Amino acid sequence: MIGRNSLYGPLDPAPDAGYAAPPPRKGFFTDTSVCIGCKACEVACKEWNDVPENLFEMLGTSYDNSHSLNANQWRHVAFIERPGTAPVPDRPAVDLGMPTVGAAPSDVPDEAKPDFQWLMSSDVCKHCTHAACLDVCPTGSLFRSEFGTVVVQDDICNGCGYCVAACPYGVIDRRQGPEGDPKVGIAQKCTLCYDRLTDNQRPACAQACPTESILYGDVEELRERANERVAALHEQGVMDARLYGNDPEDGVGGTGAFFLLLDEPEVYGLPPDPVVTTKDLPMMFKRAGMAGTAMLVGAALSFLRRPR
Amino acid sequence: MAEAHPVGFQWVVEAKKRGARIIHVDPRFTRTSALAHQHVPIRVGSDIAFLGGIINYVLENELDFRDYVVNYTNAATIVSEDFQDTDDLDGLFSGFDPETRTYDPTSWQYASEDDGGEQHRSQASTSGDHVEHRDTAAGMQHESHGHTASAHPPRDETLQHPRCVFQVLKRHYARYTPEVVEQVCGVSPEDFLAVCRAWTENSGRERTTALVYSVGWTQHSVGVQYIRAGAILQLLLGNMGRPGGGIMALRGHASIQGSTDIPTLFNILPGYLPMPNAASHQTLTDWIDSVRNPGAKGFWANAGAYGVNLLKAYWGDAATPDNDFCFDYMPRITGDHGTYRTVLDMIDGKVKGYFLLGQNPAVGSAHGRAQRLGMANLDWLVVRDLFAIESATFWKDAPEIETGEIVTEECATEVFLFPAASHVEKEGTFTQTQRMLQWREKAVEPPGDATSELWFFYHLGRMVRERLADSSDERDRPVLDLAWDYPLHGDPEQVAAGWGEPSAEAVLKEINGFEVATGRPLSSFTEMKDDGSTLGGCWIYTGVYADGVNQAARRKSRHEQSPVAPEWGWAWPLNRRILYNRASADPEGRPWSERKAYVWWDPEKGEAGEWVGDDVPDFEKTKPPSYRAPEGSDGVAAIEGIDPFIMQGDGKGALYVPQGLVDGPMPTHYEPVESPFRNLLHGQQANPTRKEYRRADNPLNPVPEDGRPDVFPFVFTTSRLTEHHTAGGMSRYLEHLAELQPEMFVEVSPQLAAERGLEHMGWCHVITARSAIEGRVMVTERLRPLRVEGRTVHQVWMPYHWGQGGLVSGDSANDLFGISLDPNVLIQESKVGTCDVQPGRRPTGRALRDYVEGYATRSGAVDEVSTPIVTASSDAVRRSQEAQDEGKDQHAPHQVEDQ
Repeated sequence: MIGRNSLYGPLDPAPDAGYAAPPPRKGFFTDTSVCIGCKACEVACKEWNDVPENLFEMLGTSYDNSHSLNANQWRHVAFIERPGTAPVPDRPAVDLGMPTVGAAPSDVPDEAKPDFQWLMSSDVCKHCTHAACLDVCPTGSLFRSEFGTVVVQDDICNGCGYCVAACPYGVIDRRQGPEGDPKVGIAQKCTLCYDRLTDNQRPACAQACPTESILYGDVEELRERANERVAALHEQGVMDARLYGNDPEDGVGGTGAFFLLLDEPEVYGLPPDPVVTTKDLPMMFKRAGMAGTAMLVGAALSFLRRPR
Repeated sequence: MAEAHPVGFQWVVEAKKRGARIIHVDPRFTRTSALAHQHVPIRVGSDIAFLGGIINYVLENELDFRDYVVNYTNAATIVSEDFQDTDDLDGLFSGFDPETRTYDPTSWQYASEDDGGEQHRSQASTSGDHVEHRDTAAGMQHESHGHTASAHPPRDETLQHPRCVFQVLKRHYARYTPEVVEQVCGVSPEDFLAVCRAWTENSGRERTTALVYSVGWTQHSVGVQYIRAGAILQLLLGNMGRPGGGIMALRGHASIQGSTDIPTLFNILPGYLPMPNAASHQTLTDWIDSVRNPGAKGFWANAGAYGVNLLKAYWGDAATPDNDFCFDYMPRITGDHGTYRTVLDMIDGKVKGYFLLGQNPAVGSAHGRAQRLGMANLDWLVVRDLFAIESATFWKDAPEIETGEIVTEECATEVFLFPAASHVEKEGTFTQTQRMLQWREKAVEPPGDATSELWFFYHLGRMVRERLADSSDERDRPVLDLAWDYPLHGDPEQVAAGWGEPSAEAVLKEINGFEVATGRPLSSFTEMKDDGSTLGGCWIYTGVYADGVNQAARRKSRHEQSPVAPEWGWAWPLNRRILYNRASADPEGRPWSERKAYVWWDPEKGEAGEWVGDDVPDFEKTKPPSYRAPEGSDGVAAIEGIDPFIMQGDGKGALYVPQGLVDGPMPTHYEPVESPFRNLLHGQQANPTRKEYRRADNPLNPVPEDGRPDVFPFVFTTSRLTEHHTAGGMSRYLEHLAELQPEMFVEVSPQLAAERGLEHMGWCHVITARSAIEGRVMVTERLRPLRVEGRTVHQVWMPYHWGQGGLVSGDSANDLFGISLDPNVLIQESKVGTCDVQPGRRPTGRALRDYVEGYATRSGAVDEVSTPIVTASSDAVRRSQEAQDEGKDQHAPHQVEDQ
C-alpha cells in the first residue's frame, strides 16, 4: 500500500472532505456506444452555465469544431473516424492532414472489428476522487461539494493557474476571452451543474441528451449499470467495449464522471493511465522532511564533532 | 435520422438496446450509420430501383402477407385490358400524349363488368384536364381522397388472373432483380438481400415494420412515386393500419403536418378540400361534387357539410344557403401558382408583393439565384422572422451584388422586416407526423416588438377592414364580410388599446367547429350540417375542442393510461392514433395475432357486436366484418366489413393506382433529371411528365452523350447537419449553435480527392449550370465511390445551411440546383444533381457568371433548352398514345407552355 493516504487510493471524497452526512456521491456515466454526436450536451451546458463561445473555426477533425475541454467548453464531443480495417481496393494514400495519435494496439483482432467506425464521445471534467486541481488550489476557490464533485468559485479564484498544470486530463483552464467577459483569467470547468443539483435537478447536459448517452446519478449505481452495459455489449459481440475511469484503484481513485469507450482511451484523446499529480505529495513531504531533518542533524553533528 | 431528428432517434437507440438490428441505407455514412449495425451506401436518386427490387423479392418468393393482401388491398382487382406497362412501351405507360407530356389514365382503370367500354371513361372522367392537374398539383387532393372507382370492380381472389393487380405488379417488378439493383443503385447483392430479409422477416402476423422517411425523400422528380413504392411494400407485407407499422414522414420543422392539414399551399384548403378552380368550380355544387364524387364509396360522400362549414367559418353570418354560403367570395386558381412558378413570375415582373413567414428562400429554396433575382424585382416584400435573414437583406448583400446582377441603388423592392415571436413566445398547437396536435403554452414574453403570426394577421386584417369600411366596391365584400372577431388577451393596456393578442384557443374552437345557435363545440365531423347550422374551420380537426375542452392540451402520463396513450394530446381524425386500424384485425374481425392485437370485432358488445380495442376504431362502430354492400349502394353504405381503407374509392389499399397520379399507376425507375447515367431499364430516361420551366435562366445539366465532354461527371446531394436548422435562420445567428459548424464544407471521398487534387481543409468549388459555390474540403471515408452500370461514380455531399448573413457565413448549396418538379405535387428535385468539383476558390464578381456560363455552354446545357424530354422510342410513344381516350378531343387544346 505504497502511498495510500487521503490523496490516493479508493475513498468516498465527500466524507473525506469533512461532510458529516453527505448525500450519495453524484456523477456521470457517459455511454459513448449510444452517443449520436448531436452536441446537445455542449449547447445545454453553455446555455445553463452562461459559458461564452469557444471558437468560430472549422478544425477539420471530422465534425468536431470545439477542439477540446477548456474554460469555454465544459462538455466536448469528440468525433473519431476510425478507418476501415477491411482492405479497400484501389484506396490511394491521401494525406488527410489529421493529427494522428499513437494508440496502443487493441486486444481485439482486426477481423472482429467493423469495417469503418465513426466514434463519438462527450468528454467532461472527471470529478476525480483525488482531484489534484483542488489539492493545489492556494485560495480555496476549488472545493469538494457535498455531492463529491469538484467546483470552482469564480469570486475567490485569483487566476494563479496552479490547477491548470495539476489536472492530469488537461480539463481545467483559465478563460482567455471573449474580451470583456468578467471571468477572463479565472479558472473554469464543469461544476456538474452544482446549482441544479442543489435544487434536485439533473445537470443540463444529461437533461438534454436525447439518447441517454449521458447518465447522471449516484456513482455507485452508475458503476453497476456501466458493468451491466459492458457485459451486454460483449454479449452482442462488441468486444471493444470497455470502461474508463470506473476503477477506484486507478491513478485518481476512480472518477465521478466515467465512460464506456469503444476503443483505447488514446483514440478519444484521453490519457490511458492518469495519475493524480499530487499522489506523491505525502511521500515527497516525508522525504523532504527527512532530508531537512537529516540536514539539521548533520549540521548539529558538525557542531558536536568540531575538534577543539 | 440521427442527423436531422436526434430527439426522435432516441427510439431507434431504445430499440437497438432491446436487440433490434439497425440497417441504414443512405448515400453517405452519417451519424445514423454510426449507430447502425450495417450501412448500405446507395446512389442518390435510385430509390425506386432499390424498393422495386424488394417488391420483386417479396413477390418472387411469395413472402407477401396473403390474407391481408387479398382482402385489404386491390391485388385481386382486374385491370382494363387496354393497360400497357413500361416494359411494353420503353418506359412509358399507356395513354401518353407526347405533346403535353401527360397521361390520359383511361387505360389504367379497373376492368368493368363487361370488360371495356364506358366504365373506363366514367372512372377516369374526374381526371379531366391532365395538364391542369399537373399545374395545380391536383394529385395532392388524392392524398386523402383516394381514387374513385366503381364499388365492385371484377376481382379474382386467387390472384391468378393475368390482369389482376397482383400479376400486373409482379410483371412490372420482375426486372428489378438483385443484379439490376446492383447495376443501378451500386448496392451489392449481399447488402441488398440483407435489407430484403430484415424487412420481410419483421412483417407478418406477429411482427410489423414501420417505414419512416424524412422529407428529403420527396424532393425528387419522382418524389411521390418514392413514397408510393414504400406504400406498396408496406401493403404487401401487411404493415398498414397495424401497431408498429405505417409510413411516417419526419418533417423538417415542427408542425409541417399541421401546415398541410391547415395548409399554406396554393391548391388545397383546410381538411384537404381542393382550392376552387376557375374553370371547373363555378358553383358550390361543382366544387362539392368534385370532392364527393357522387356514386363513389367512402366518407367523402359528406363533403358538402365539410365545405359549407369551412365557408361558414370564413364568413359567419354573411354565409347563408341563399348565397351558396359566400362560395363566390372564394378566390379561384387558374393553373400553376406554386412557389417556383411564382418566383419565375417575379423575375418576369408579374408578381408585385410577397409574404415570407419563417422561410428563407434566398438560402433554403432550389436555384437560390432565381429566388433572389425574383425578390429583387418586387414592389414590396414582407419578411417575418427571428433575425434579419438573407431573404430580408438580399438587396444589399446577395451574391448577385458582387456579380452586378442586383444593384442596391436600383433595387426597387421595399422590404418590411417584422420581428417574429418564437414558438416558446406564443401559444398554439404543433401537429406532428402521427397527426397528433399538442398544445403549447407561451413560456416567455416575446422580446421587443416581436409578435405572433396570429397577432400579425389578425391586426393586419383588422386594419385592412377598417381602411375599407366605407367602401361600396363589390370586390371588397369578401374582406368586409369576413367573420373577424376573436377575443383579445394579454397585457391589459394593449387589450384596452385594441392591440391585444388574439386568443389561440378561440381560434382552435372555431377550427373544431360549433353549433351556430348555441355555440356548443362539435365533438365529431359527423355532426357537421350542410345547412349552415354548424360551422367549423377544418373538418378533420373536429373533436379537438370536444366538450369545450382543449383536448390537445392533455398531458396525462403514459403510466396512467393504456399503451396507446389516447389522453396525451389529440390526433385527427377523432383521436385515432393509427389510421385505417380496422386492418389490424383479420377479415373475420379477430386480431391477426395476440401480440399485435389492436382493434377487433367483439360480437358480444352492444346490441349486435361492436369494434373495440385500445384505439378509436377507424370504422363504423357497429358495422360487422360480415357486412356486404347491397347492389347499387354508394357512399358510406358501400363500404363493406372487409374494406379497411374507408377513404379510398373501393375501400382497399392501393397497390396499383388507377387514377390520381400524373406519372403512372405504379412507381417505375427513372433517372434523376440530372444524371451521369442512362436509364438501364428503358429508353425513357427520366420522368416524362415532370414539370419543367425551360428558360435561359433555368438551365439543366444534360445527360452525357457520346462525343460530348462530360463536364458534370459527379453526383451531388445535400442534407442537414444536426448543428444547424435548414436555411440557418434559427442557428447561424446564435453563437452557441453557429460555432459548432462554423463553415461551409464539401464532403468528398479520399478517391475523389486524389482524382481532383483536393486537400483536406483546403478550398474547393462545386459547379453546375446554375452556379459555382465554394467550401472547405472534408475528405472522409464516410463517402465512398460506388460501382454503377459498370463504372465508378463519385458522390459529393454538402450541407445547405449557409448564406451571406449570420455569425458564420458561406455559399449556399441550394444555389447549385435548377428547378424541375415532381408532376403530382410540384415539389422540386433538390436532393440530386450532377456537378464538377475543382480545387481552390471559385471566381468572384462578373468572372463567376462567365465561369458558370462557360461550363453550361461546354456541357450543352444551353442547347438543351430545346432537346426533348421524351426519350422513349417513337414506336413506343405512338403505341402509348393510341391508348388515349377517343373522347379526348372534346378538351380544349393546351398551350404547351414549358417548351
